[in-house]
Amino acid sequence: MFLINCPYCGERDQSEFSSGGEAHIERPKQPTELSDDEWADFLFMRKNIKGIQFERWNHSHGCRKWFNIVRDTSNDKIHSVYKMGEKPPKV
Amino acid sequence: MKNKYSIFSLFKNAFSGHENWQRAWRDPEPKKEYDAIIVGGGGHGLATAYYLAKKHNMRNIAVIEKGWIGGGNTGRNTTIIRSNYLWDASAGLYDHALKIWEGLSQELNYNIMFSQRGVMNLAHNLQDVRDLKRRTHANRLNGIDAVWLNTDEVKKFCPIINTSPNIRYPVLGGTLQKRAGTARHDAVAWGYARGADELGVDIIQNCEVKGIRRNGNKIEGIETTKGFIKAKKIGVVAAGHSSVIASMVDIRLPLESKPLQALVSEPVKPIIDTVVMSNAVHAYVSQSDKGELVIGAGTDSYVSYSQKGTHDVVEGTLKAILELYPIFSRMKMLRQWGGIVDICPDASPIISKTHIEGLYFNCGWGTGGFKATPGSGDLFAHTIANDEPHKLNAAFSLNRFVSGDLVDEHGAAAVAH
Repeated sequence: MFLINCPYCGERDQSEFSSGGEAHIERPKQPTELSDDEWADFLFMRKNIKGIQFERWNHSHGCRKWFNIVRDTSNDKIHSVYKMGEKPPKV
Repeated sequence: MKNKYSIFSLFKNAFSGHENWQRAWRDPEPKKEYDAIIVGGGGHGLATAYYLAKKHNMRNIAVIEKGWIGGGNTGRNTTIIRSNYLWDASAGLYDHALKIWEGLSQELNYNIMFSQRGVMNLAHNLQDVRDLKRRTHANRLNGIDAVWLNTDEVKKFCPIINTSPNIRYPVLGGTLQKRAGTARHDAVAWGYARGADELGVDIIQNCEVKGIRRNGNKIEGIETTKGFIKAKKIGVVAAGHSSVIASMVDIRLPLESKPLQALVSEPVKPIIDTVVMSNAVHAYVSQSDKGELVIGAGTDSYVSYSQKGTHDVVEGTLKAILELYPIFSRMKMLRQWGGIVDICPDASPIISKTHIEGLYFNCGWGTGGFKATPGSGDLFAHTIANDEPHKLNAAFSLNRFVSGDLVDEHGAAAVAH
């Protein structure tokens, strides 16, 4: 159990949020030119990092806005929170 | 040669105060080179080593384990065994395992306490009823025993269930697989370890893999906390940590590792003689031979390797348990824990070769790997020994995520993933 500092609402319990998984997976710019391998990579393959991971979260039981967090998945400690479209912080 | 466990050996050792039992497996130092190294000393890894030695005559094998054998998800699951999966590929895979379970205590000369007490899956709404009936038919077409029970039959089979129509999620019926049941999870790891050790497999504990060395597209061996070990073949069976091992050779897997929680109550007299699972409210319960209620909760929604889950997941499960079994309302819970499960997008496992020669992965078992332990080991051993999948695990290759031929067991496998 941990707290997440929503950039719009402030600190709230994690149970108010939904995890959207790995952040910064860009949708292919030319979908028609993608090979099956590249599609598999985009759709299914994940870094699933043990350690510092960049993630998308949604405040689903609050403001319902999406944002990014940087979290250590080995101990659930959150390093920073930043809005969608902002540059990811250096860790 | 190990002493055989029997009623006579039990008597003999009882008279000497149980002080002269032989060690069940050695504690060897790693050799310089092995024909095959299995990374991960859980049930699946130990079973893989056992079948490689027994059926494929490979004797120069090691199992490398970061902690102690059976200390990960093998010792953290809720010990449920069943094979009532919807799709043909899954039915083949899980029933292969169930058939091995049925004779495993005898084969290993180790009492794994396999108990075919039946597993009942409850339906709480009209869609559940349709889905579960469909699955019952699919199971029977695949030769797997399954019956549909109406509400009265559910009550008769497990009298403590609250079948009142006035509860939030009323019981509208259920399915029953009588051949399903439970086994003692630690004993499975120990039995396979003892069996593998007898066939010459080195079980090396407290030895963490730090890197995988390769030459071009061929693996050479592994870097460990006990030094470099050469290997012709490497089979990775690291469950929640599969992605961590894969990243050592720049492979990304279609996995997300999440905490899955379970809890046990104080021990009480026998009250529930079967396993009852409920998909819609995500609660399942059985009773161990010690008398503890063994309760399985759900996964958290986020990636974590912390082996801790959140309180609200446990709370949700216990709310459902209390509504279905009002008799448990004053039970005290003794322990709660989490395990890290590696979940595939289609909730089916991966038993597969990789594009790197000599490197194999067995992962993605997600929330339901324990039931498959013997089958998984058998099929993974086949895949490693022959460098080709067995026909039963051909559908579970990594390549299915490229071809799109997924084995979608989400929700269809009788429990929510």
